[in-house]
Amino acid sequence: MSGTTPIAKPTFSLQKYGIVLAFLGLCALVSLVCQIKVMQGVWPVNVFLTLNNLMLILHQISVNGVLAVGMTFVVISAGIDLSVGSVLAFSGMVAASFATRYTGVTVWSDTYMVLAPVTAALLGGALCGAVNGWIISRFRIQAFIATLGMLLAARGMTMAVTGGNPISALSPDFRWFGTGRLFGVVPVPVIILILVFAVAWVILNKTVFGRYVYAVGGNEKSARTSGINTRAVLMWVYVLAGFLSGLAGIILTAKTGSAQTAAGTSYELDAIAAVVIGGASLAGGVGRLTGTFFGALIIGVMNNGLDILGVESFYQLIIKGALIVIAVIIDSRRMSP
Amino acid sequence: MSAPLLSMRTIRKSFGSVHALTDGNLELKRGEIHALCGGNGAGKSTILGILMGFTRPDGGDIQIEGQPVRFANAHQALTAGIAIVQQELSGVPQLSVAENIFLGAAPRRHGFVDFPTLNRHAEDLLARLGFDIDPRAMLGSLSVASQQLVEIAKALSRQDADILIFDEPTSALGERDTQRLFDVLRDLAAAGKGIIYVTHRLAEIFTIADTFTVFKDGATVATGRVADIHRERLIEHMIGGTIDGEYVKDNVPGTDPRLQLRALSRAPWFSKVDLTLHAGEILGIYGLVGSGRSQLLDTIYGLETPDEGDILVGGMPQRPGSVGAALRAGISYVTEDRARSGLVLCASVGANLSLSKVRFIQRLGFIDEAAEKAGILASIQRMGIKTPSPDQIVSNLSGGNQQKVVFGRCTAVAPKVLLLDEPTRGVDVGAKKEIYRFISEFAADGGAVLMVSSELEEIIGMSDRVLVLKQGRTVAEFPRDETTQKALMMAAV
Ligand SMILES: Nc1ncnc2c1ncn2[C@@H]1O[C@H](COP(=O)(O)OP(=O)(O)OP(=O)(O)O)[C@@H](O)[C@H]1O
Ligand SMILES: [Mg+2]
Repeated sequence: MSGTTPIAKPTFSLQKYGIVLAFLGLCALVSLVCQIKVMQGVWPVNVFLTLNNLMLILHQISVNGVLAVGMTFVVISAGIDLSVGSVLAFSGMVAASFATRYTGVTVWSDTYMVLAPVTAALLGGALCGAVNGWIISRFRIQAFIATLGMLLAARGMTMAVTGGNPISALSPDFRWFGTGRLFGVVPVPVIILILVFAVAWVILNKTVFGRYVYAVGGNEKSARTSGINTRAVLMWVYVLAGFLSGLAGIILTAKTGSAQTAAGTSYELDAIAAVVIGGASLAGGVGRLTGTFFGALIIGVMNNGLDILGVESFYQLIIKGALIVIAVIIDSRRMSP
Repeated sequence: MSAPLLSMRTIRKSFGSVHALTDGNLELKRGEIHALCGGNGAGKSTILGILMGFTRPDGGDIQIEGQPVRFANAHQALTAGIAIVQQELSGVPQLSVAENIFLGAAPRRHGFVDFPTLNRHAEDLLARLGFDIDPRAMLGSLSVASQQLVEIAKALSRQDADILIFDEPTSALGERDTQRLFDVLRDLAAAGKGIIYVTHRLAEIFTIADTFTVFKDGATVATGRVADIHRERLIEHMIGGTIDGEYVKDNVPGTDPRLQLRALSRAPWFSKVDLTLHAGEILGIYGLVGSGRSQLLDTIYGLETPDEGDILVGGMPQRPGSVGAALRAGISYVTEDRARSGLVLCASVGANLSLSKVRFIQRLGFIDEAAEKAGILASIQRMGIKTPSPDQIVSNLSGGNQQKVVFGRCTAVAPKVLLLDEPTRGVDVGAKKEIYRFISEFAADGGAVLMVSSELEEIIGMSDRVLVLKQGRTVAEFPRDETTQKALMMAAV
């Protein structure tokens, strides 16, 4: 048709990598403070900059990171999932009841001590997600309301599993998911975290489904006229979030060695924070998994750094709260012309 | 001689690497209707946005009656007496028509909105303008045309405004409403107001405007009195060349039925619609706002489920209410409202262009990226979309270019039947002809086209046959050699 279209070369954009810079800046700041302590002779070494501490940070963010991956899909689809913390607790409880010899539901074999709890927890999580997705897509209920319902219901189900008691004395084979190390260095939860991010990244960026998630979140009506089965897309988004909550439940339960009825309380907020710091818009249609990854890392480094430096936990909360709001302000200013 | 009402000089604005305005000049006098012309992406909406304070210019001066001004936001511009009808619908869909018209200026009692008075004011205003709209209706439930009328009413409700701006106000309006708007504009001009009017319908310029300015690639290239210029010369300024004949039509309708509707009904929109669309045929549907045209297309495409009746594609009964089934049967649909149901505005041009297509170029759910990229570049070329790159966010494109993206997405899937609802809304003369060429070639290759349009010339210029819809019923059918503007309008009202 009329005229030619020059194709601009992709330029290095500060906006796109802003989150990485923010992360590196934060690391630099924390190590600088630590280094000062070393120079003052307070510490023998810079404890922040050790391989062990790096692994510790990754280990610490593994649960939140896995939840945040599911949350990224949900937020891009213009939804929100408040139930991930409760679903995590429920799945953890289900897993634990299969992974211990004291609830009487288990088959007395070591393989089953691993297979049964993992399968049951993943299924349980996915099922909770399916209920969320079904309610949201079928009855056009706002995700906030539907998942708020699940937040309560799943917590109730968690208590119902054992009548409100925790489950401990888990099979050591099962606990490998939380405490094991590959090559003696890399904790198993870190491996899981990285695998989850990698697979999810491929799904979101390389598949038709991923494309549809962006479209449904950006404009559901246009997505529909473009031939997308928007209901099915929403359904699968929440199933995925529930499934990953189940996985996070496995990690947390295996890590701590017991399933508590109060596990995962308010974890949804950290997951949402990671996604939002990572640049996703709660209005939908915008967001990236790399952003979420760095969002989770930033939260992790901050927690870790403040811990190392001995900052009281109530100040940590204030700092974290400020960070989230500042991140969103920067993000919204970037968007407006 | 006194200073002009409005004078904008050497306005510049760039968005990153896109130079939207390089040398924008615009002058408006009291009592005149000034047509602002130019191709898609020429910078018309941008300069108007700068005047209104939506966008900050990089340079240039703006003067109102000789006084330099620079508005930081729309509120300041409104206070200074400038009102605008924006190109894209900007109302709040969840509020009533009356609330939208008086948004921010609602009458109050004891601090609360006085709804009876609000509705009465709105009713009076709409009646005075001759717009047939219920002030209590929710805006989002109205057709695009009615929403456009509401936006016009909103601008006209500002009686203190001296400068009124209309950015393509008639792109979805029919003949009757356009005439009513013109009557109002003439009265306003006679009362000494200045009016800036943007349109891609050239006939309107010669009907309503006194003076004109032409923009091309962000700069003013011509300005003068409409009486002193010919249509051809104006087009030459706009696109830098000439076009001979606006419509392209080389298809010959076949006899092979592609799409059949049998007594299709959906209350309260339409009832007992029968039609047969043949391969190679372009069938126009004409009707007034509210005649059920868009609802009929929605139903054929499966966005809505009919109450009764059958849809047959290529002789096979179609599952009602299923977009997936329609798409698989080769139906594609260019909807009327690109922002609301045509585009994912926050996504890139490329993602939008391939959105309908990705399902056909996948292996095990994975997108074939090479095929996708090639398809996107082909669409950009074919539709002549003016964008710095396929990664540009689609909402940053000019209105006409956004429309081309919708058209590009719908035609990328190699459809057999095209449903078109106002397909050239907001598209410039040059690109319009290319879209007509595309439609004609599509039909000549055996495709079937069902086209709804409020633009009489377009319907007459392109259709092999025209059906007239009135209050949800087909009331007349004209073969090509019997369609005249008069006959269509007589049948429609
Ligand atoms: N926010 C933005 N970011 C990037 N580019 C923009 C933005 N707004 C406008 N542009 C570009 O500026 C140019 C001028 O756009 P503008 O909307 O003023 O065109 P127009 O003359 O109104 O066209 P149309 O007739 O299609 O409405 C276009 O190339 C458009 O892509
Ligand atoms: Mg425009």
